[in-house]
Amino acid sequence: MLVGRQSWCFDSKPVIISSAAVGGPFESKCLLADDFDEFAEDLWLGEDSFEKAEVKLLEKACEKALEKAGLKSEDVNFMISGDLDNQITSSSFSARGLKIPYIGIFGACSTSMEGLALASKIMDNGGANYVLAATASHNAAAEKQFRYPTEYGAQKPPTSQWTVTGAGAVILGRKGDGPRVVAATIGKVIDMGISDPFNLGAAMAPAAVDTIEVHFNEFNIEPDFYDLIATGDLGFTGYSIANELLLKKGIRLRENLFTDCGMLIYGKDPKVFSGASGCACSATVTYGHLLNKMRKGELKRILVIATGALLSPMSYQQKESIPGIAHGVSIEYFY
Amino acid sequence: MPKRKKSTPVQKDYQTVAKKIEPKRKVVINVIKSYLIGGFICFVSQLLQLFFIKYFNFEESKAGNPAIAVLIIVSALLTGLGVYDKIAQWSGAGTAVPITGFANSLASAAIEHRSEGYVLGVGGNMFKIAGPVIVFGTFAAFVVAIIRVALQSMGG
Repeated sequence: MLVGRQSWCFDSKPVIISSAAVGGPFESKCLLADDFDEFAEDLWLGEDSFEKAEVKLLEKACEKALEKAGLKSEDVNFMISGDLDNQITSSSFSARGLKIPYIGIFGACSTSMEGLALASKIMDNGGANYVLAATASHNAAAEKQFRYPTEYGAQKPPTSQWTVTGAGAVILGRKGDGPRVVAATIGKVIDMGISDPFNLGAAMAPAAVDTIEVHFNEFNIEPDFYDLIATGDLGFTGYSIANELLLKKGIRLRENLFTDCGMLIYGKDPKVFSGASGCACSATVTYGHLLNKMRKGELKRILVIATGALLSPMSYQQKESIPGIAHGVSIEYFY
Repeated sequence: MPKRKKSTPVQKDYQTVAKKIEPKRKVVINVIKSYLIGGFICFVSQLLQLFFIKYFNFEESKAGNPAIAVLIIVSALLTGLGVYDKIAQWSGAGTAVPITGFANSLASAAIEHRSEGYVLGVGGNMFKIAGPVIVFGTFAAFVVAIIRVALQSMGG
């Protein structure tokens, strides 16, 4: 059901019957390592390119989610997936292997919640029995796609972020036990004229703030309605900026209430500068860590706002600024 | 060529807020580090030159070539071993400006694009970063040469 202009309330509350998160070697040492299902031993996963390795990561996450749900790929009606590679090939190629009818989407790092929102809407409209929503990113493939060769010695500024190598997947079903998707707010594309691709946190923060504000207004709720509000991959810099903007709008969020997946996953590791980013950042943290916390009863209601920077290497070279987008999904779990 | 659009007042306001919060590059410390590392690389290069003059009977004007070749090989090796980018993060322009930076830009691009094959991948992308240096370096040399010839012909 449409709420306000850009939000959906899912009356049937589709159930997340299973979720999976896989990571790379660097993630196996991250703060949330316990919440991952599986780690790759190296960045290659036995393949001969980083792009192929990313496909494998995504397939692994989807297969893990299927296995946990006790389903075969034939049982799933639709797969919704996206990633950061050219023409989202990682997603399409995974769908080729999994043989699930496929909807490819692109929302940069906001893909996780964009996919979950769309999947929930399809479920809520009675359009499917099971929908799989997934996304992946690969550190070296993303560096190659958007920046310099991985071994190139360019000094990164302190605002730069570390792309998570990993993949996350969820399967939605009609009934069963598990966290339920109750609402979503689709974000607007917002451009505040930031043009530095090493400062994506600042480019995405305004979009995150807009989606948060709209979400509260359209559902007419206060921030304390949630136990946790987590943005996708703003990193420490983007998070601080978002906090400042929210305060200016008179939205005060308790310190333990508002966090960012890009800060949670590695913490203040100097190797990752301002924090984590990539499609897999919000996907692995939400589908691993946050859903696990809900299953343990530590969190009852959460709002995840996955943030994306909608640039391409060419748009940046043509001196376009970097627009941001943010999609929020509200998940709840009461025993 | 495409131009950057001017920011609107709302965008400017936001950029001021963001600027205040963004951590800054540590310019002073970075300059000192790059000065030290850059100087050290030049020092090593000088030692190599002396070595080639003393033990391989190179003329002083030609001893630079093998010295540079050694630096290039070492940089390419360090790039391949995955160490170079870590040193470069610390030293910044110190490793980027000398010939080591040039070698790293070629080697890293070649390694990165090996997965697209030797011709279109390695061959087509090897000069992705270093290409502009060569293009504008050659062009600058050409302009300087023209000026020099012009001045010489005028001055007799």
